[in-house]
Amino acid sequence: MTDCGLLLNLELRSNPEMLCVVRSAMERLTVEMGFPERDCRSVTRAVDEALTNIMRHAYQGQPEQPIQVSCFRRQGQMESVPREGLEILLVDYGVAMDLSKLPGRSLDEVRPGGLGLHFIRASMDDFAYSREGNSNHLRLLKYLPSPGHGQGS
Amino acid sequence: MQISARRMDKITIFDVTGDIDLANSPEVRKALLRELRDMRTPRVVMNLRQVRYIDSSGVASLVEGLKASRDSGSRFILCGLSTSAREVLQLSRLIKIFEIYDSEEQALGS
Repeated sequence: MTDCGLLLNLELRSNPEMLCVVRSAMERLTVEMGFPERDCRSVTRAVDEALTNIMRHAYQGQPEQPIQVSCFRRQGQMESVPREGLEILLVDYGVAMDLSKLPGRSLDEVRPGGLGLHFIRASMDDFAYSREGNSNHLRLLKYLPSPGHGQGS
Repeated sequence: MQISARRMDKITIFDVTGDIDLANSPEVRKALLRELRDMRTPRVVMNLRQVRYIDSSGVASLVEGLKASRDSGSRFILCGLSTSAREVLQLSRLIKIFEIYDSEEQALGS
């Protein structure tokens, strides 16, 4: 994975009213990068769900805590084919994520809650979490379609 | 997000406008539970035609509405789903659990 540079850096507070602002930025960024409509929605959904998790779980509903969202253009490989992609790094200083919940819950049971991580996993090509010092780092990665690939909607 | 109710004989239609996310899904949940659990309205239709985005907390509110409708023997119907709203219900495998119609007319005529 090669670092091709910062595209966008957002610093926000853990206020749910800011979610729509970040979604707007992600929608516009993914369109500008050339993602198909469906992938634009996927990336926007994943970032929104990641922020929601941070606000609800890492900061436990406290509304004035810092969150950084940084977006990078990346060169990587998917199934041995060079691909360009978008990496989003979300950093917060709340409590550590419970790694046992990373696989997401079973969808067989109809009950509210626990869908956020599932949405992130289903929406992105890759994601990784790490605890670094007193901060949580969540990296989300979505590749652009390979050249010649049909544009979905 | 704005949510308003139109009440007819034994039917309530909620019109929702805007995105449903963590900032306002508690409001959706509260409106649904009041109608289905407290008022026991026989049929509640949620018109989502003007909702562009629903997050997991919004889906959770809809699931709570669905459970309340099952408990009270009511019908809880969704209509007018956007592409994005339909995608999240498919992702959560809930698309077949809810009663969904393309339009309000179809929901009322069902």
